[in-house]
Amino acid sequence: MFAKMILPSATGLKNKTGSWRMGKKPKFLHKNCTGCRMCYLICPEGCVSGSKKNYDANLDYCKGCGMCVEICPVKDIIMVEE
Amino acid sequence: MKQFLEGATSIAKTVALCRPGVIAAYPITPQTHIPEELSSLIANGELKAEIVNVESEHSAASCILGASATGVRVYSSTSSQGLLLMAEVIFNIAGLRLPVVMCCVNRAVSAPINIWNDQQDIMSVRDSGAILFFAENIQEACDLHIQAFKLAEDPEVMLPVIVNIDGFVLSHGYEAVELPSQELVDKFLPPYNPIYKLDPENPLTFGALVGPEWYMETRYAIHHTMLNEVKSKIPKIAEEFTKMFGRKSYGFYEEYYLEDADTVYVTFGSLSGPIKDTIDRLREKNEKVGLLRIITYRPFPAEIGRILSKFNRVIVLEKDISLGHTGGLYSDIVTSVYNYAQNSGISKLPKISGYICGLGGRDVSLEEIEQLYTEKEIFSSKFIGINEKNLGSYI
Repeated sequence: MFAKMILPSATGLKNKTGSWRMGKKPKFLHKNCTGCRMCYLICPEGCVSGSKKNYDANLDYCKGCGMCVEICPVKDIIMVEE
Repeated sequence: MKQFLEGATSIAKTVALCRPGVIAAYPITPQTHIPEELSSLIANGELKAEIVNVESEHSAASCILGASATGVRVYSSTSSQGLLLMAEVIFNIAGLRLPVVMCCVNRAVSAPINIWNDQQDIMSVRDSGAILFFAENIQEACDLHIQAFKLAEDPEVMLPVIVNIDGFVLSHGYEAVELPSQELVDKFLPPYNPIYKLDPENPLTFGALVGPEWYMETRYAIHHTMLNEVKSKIPKIAEEFTKMFGRKSYGFYEEYYLEDADTVYVTFGSLSGPIKDTIDRLREKNEKVGLLRIITYRPFPAEIGRILSKFNRVIVLEKDISLGHTGGLYSDIVTSVYNYAQNSGISKLPKISGYICGLGGRDVSLEEIEQLYTEKEIFSSKFIGINEKNLGSYI
């Protein structure tokens, strides 16, 4: 007998964990971006993606921790109210 | 053809016949000779397998966990502190339903540090969901390894199996051993064909987090499998083994002179050897005494309660102790007999005594074993061979 515990991969993506945010979300301004990818590298949820100078956070999974805002060397990301 | 071989060497050669794909083990006395021999078999080209050099037993167990999940036959061995370091991973292996086969070369647990034999180490993972076998001699240790792979990898079982052998007594002792031919082992043990595996082409999630609404079913499924699928398959596999290899394999337990016995010894592991000798001595004096040797300790053989309830006296002898209570085997025996009595309505129960012996490699003599037969008092956890001179104030 087995518990039905082996699942197709990426089933966790069904859970939109962005709902855990506490009222603030990052906003990518796309003005001064140099494409350094620091926001992409530091995001603990792996939900920042993009290319060249056009990055964004996937708000379905972003927890609003603000680390991308802190790390951005050209202040091109800000926290805003939901 | 029989060969005169060391226990660890025989086990390594038998494991090689089972064609594992990945082996990971970390040296610890008295287990070291097993991975040592497997390494040289691989280096000599006699076994095509990957041996992973790891930095600890935790890594060894983690390594074979991952390898097993990719659908390859795996093997590891350890002892004592090594098993304790593996403990967390062994619970994971069982929970993930991976058919890992391991050998635990039983040794005392620190402190004080002691490298000699007792069976305390395996009691730490008794409740992990692993199937536990105990071998009496080197030949049986080899035979149980072959059966362990077949049982673990059965698509209805999918649980780890730990084969226990007594440190030094079996691992370093020499015995005339019959190693089967490769053809016969291949016939008995077909290549591992996993029902599911980690594969980038067909990704699956193993071991996801579960909440209270799922966890109990995972434990229930293992327990149910132990009590049903494993219970029915162990005797079948033992019978198939006996037929194919021409050597008796007992499955759950071995009965020695039980038919007309009044008093019965119960034990597991290599201690059965000296107990059988004691019984032979007592039988010469027309004493009605026998031995019930437990081979499969988990799942615990359900018939034990029925078998033992008809005797006058049961003497449980073991090399482990749940400090502050009794030996592990003793409490299992008492539970089984009492449960059987409750369900069958019999009122006369045997007097069951529990004795602890041989801890940390302390010798157990035939005289000591024989003396228990004449003892009138009933004990639940009496230590045999305690030297009063070693006890007293701290210094």
